[in-house]
Amino acid sequence: MLSSVTLPHMRRRHFLTLSAATLGGVLVYSLDRKATLLGAQHKPVRLPLRFFTETEALIVAAAASRIFPSDEAGPGAREAGVAIFIDRQLAGPYGRDRFRYTQPPFEDAPRELGYQGSATPRQMYRDGLKNLQGFQLFGPDAQDEALHKIESTAFFSLLRQNTVEGMFCDPIHGGNAGMIGWQLVGFPGPRMSNFDEVDKYYGKEFRPKPESLRQATGAKVRPSEDES
Amino acid sequence: MDAVVVGGGWAGLLMAKELGARTSLNIVVLERGPSGGPLQYATDMDELDYAIRLRMMQDLSKETVTLRHDATQRALPLRQYGSFQTGSGVGGSGEHWNAQVPRYLPDCFELLTKTTQRYGADALPQWHAVRDWGISYDELEPYYTRVDKLLGSSGRAGNIRGKLIDEGNIFEGWRSEEYPTPPMKMPYFSALFRDAAKSLGYHPYIAPSANISQAYTNPDGISRGGCTYCGFCGRFGCMVGAKAQPTNLLLPIIQKRKNVSIRIGAWVRRILFESTPNSIARGVTYVDSSGQEVFQPASLVFLASWTLNNTRLLLLSGIGEPYDVSTGRGTVGSNLTHQVSVGAATAFFDQPLNRFMGSGSAGILFSDFDRDDLDRSGLNFIRGGYFSARGYGFQPIASFGVLPNSIQATWGAEWKKASVSYYDRTGTIGFTGEHLAYKSNFMDLDPVYKDALGDPLLRLTLDWRHNERKMAEFATPKAVEVAHAMGAREINSFPGLHSYDAAHYNSTHVQGGTIMGSSPEHSVVSPDLQHWQLPNLFVLGGSTFPQNASANPTPTVLAFVYRTADAIIERYLKHPGPLA
Repeated sequence: MLSSVTLPHMRRRHFLTLSAATLGGVLVYSLDRKATLLGAQHKPVRLPLRFFTETEALIVAAAASRIFPSDEAGPGAREAGVAIFIDRQLAGPYGRDRFRYTQPPFEDAPRELGYQGSATPRQMYRDGLKNLQGFQLFGPDAQDEALHKIESTAFFSLLRQNTVEGMFCDPIHGGNAGMIGWQLVGFPGPRMSNFDEVDKYYGKEFRPKPESLRQATGAKVRPSEDES
Repeated sequence: MDAVVVGGGWAGLLMAKELGARTSLNIVVLERGPSGGPLQYATDMDELDYAIRLRMMQDLSKETVTLRHDATQRALPLRQYGSFQTGSGVGGSGEHWNAQVPRYLPDCFELLTKTTQRYGADALPQWHAVRDWGISYDELEPYYTRVDKLLGSSGRAGNIRGKLIDEGNIFEGWRSEEYPTPPMKMPYFSALFRDAAKSLGYHPYIAPSANISQAYTNPDGISRGGCTYCGFCGRFGCMVGAKAQPTNLLLPIIQKRKNVSIRIGAWVRRILFESTPNSIARGVTYVDSSGQEVFQPASLVFLASWTLNNTRLLLLSGIGEPYDVSTGRGTVGSNLTHQVSVGAATAFFDQPLNRFMGSGSAGILFSDFDRDDLDRSGLNFIRGGYFSARGYGFQPIASFGVLPNSIQATWGAEWKKASVSYYDRTGTIGFTGEHLAYKSNFMDLDPVYKDALGDPLLRLTLDWRHNERKMAEFATPKAVEVAHAMGAREINSFPGLHSYDAAHYNSTHVQGGTIMGSSPEHSVVSPDLQHWQLPNLFVLGGSTFPQNASANPTPTVLAFVYRTADAIIERYLKHPGPLA
């Protein structure tokens, strides 16, 4: 099973180079839910990859930003760092199905019994990305067409789900950079008390400034992808 | 050892606390998960790791269940969590619950008798396995009241000794006392629902909650503060300890008692027993965290390891006669029920709802269709359920992308734009209804799939039948009507119950398998939860319920544990042997 999986310590280090504007940066929060990128660093950033090769990461980044684009409706997967999030998830216990029942025999089943395949998320990405070669170089329309072709696959469902996760997870996981996903929808993160507000603001927006788990608790929190 | 308790969740720890504090018995609780508890919960407020990756649940890589819809099919394993989520570790599912604490309706306990009396024997559907519990609500009421005091339940009574109070649920069974703490605050979506339900002539009330509304000290001297409506509730432990959890209500008392200990990482595999000269349980075997198999002898054995594992351990141990669907003989594994739990209408509004604020049990319910004295002419099902507008506290990974059916896109610019704009402008009216027991829904051991130790997995044979489908069909237009009255701009209505869907969350209220009853012919335990064949074995939890109610089960589970603890202390210890 491990043959198609490259363990992080066994391989040449890969990096994803992102331009400053694609990396969250510092966001100004506004009450009408508009998140504005301010003071983006001018130097590109090179991030070490834990699972993907550089090419794979570029394809995932490009595909995620067609699923959750950056446009006039607000920032998207590119700014949130979704590709970095997915890379870390796949490198951790989730990527190798640490908590899923993976005893054979594997059989086809009606959808009411859930995913019955033997492929781990790592294997699904490795195999799925092979069908998207050159994707990062396509124009937007060609990219959408390529995604429509795989829309009904388990790989695409996983990529779509992981993209949403990377948009809205706590920044501790490498996605939702600068909490832009939370600002986009008006989610304040782990807020310790809403006692005074829960039955006020009926019909009116209440949008406290988001804080991440580390900011809100002041504690060092270890995300599950960093566990063995 | 005097007593061994298998499972350190609500049922097991309440029994350990009662016996530990009120007797000098030496008691050990065997819990296969880790220790955890309130100290770490503030740093656990992470949707991804806890609500999506489900960090507090049992490790399915070691053990899951298999499922098929009927006995002609081959069952397949549930490889990841779906329709229910079982907790692990000290406190069990009682740590990550939403703390909704309604009681069962009085006639639930005498369902066979009452339904037959009211409507005739033909009213029950073909293939039903509905049973009386062998106990009445009136007998159980004092124990329910003890549970409410233990938990500090928040709410407003609708029926105090027969006097109806409009602010509460006037359709509930009688209560001897008012709730210990006043009702919870109301999130906006729930307030809209309350006003709409009232305008349609229903009787809405604030949902009973064990996330308490204000500071409270229970009869054991345990103090907690009130809920802060942070919204990190179900699938999380409570970071302020306002939610009733075994680790904040029971564990502190257990830890002070020298006669009670908890062993974590202890995975119980068998209950050992002898049939001669006397039928008696001798103790249990378990595998400890180092992989060593240990025999733990005990004079009293409490099986309190959640519905599915209670049934599985009796089957693996060869205790009692397994239920055989082809002959109808046997009891262990029969009467598997879940719950009708559907999003009857999803409403979309023009105004924001501020849905991140809430609590797992905050919200409004109405129970006008959760009673059996309705005019049933024209209805093609029996029993009923309640409608709800919960203010759980919503987080973005799970709730982003709920859209009106008029929008087809599931990714890309149009989908994103609509999802952002509807994100805080949608809410779901739920319907939760009773699930009758049928001869065709049951559990046995799977012939193919094994756990990490090589023992067969439990196999569930489970599907909805006519009564559940018709009940959901009846509830859907009612919910849509309420959503209209709430001022919804668009409404998605529930598409209907088809085959039992194990891939999507329903509720963690799976019941039956080791049911109670008044005779050993049809039940595994007596209403004292005492095993009919092995009088020193007691089975605790929802596995003892002959069929499921619409209400959430925890208060009923705990009421029976209190009652059994009393029976043991007042009667069994004086004269060990059958109580009935």
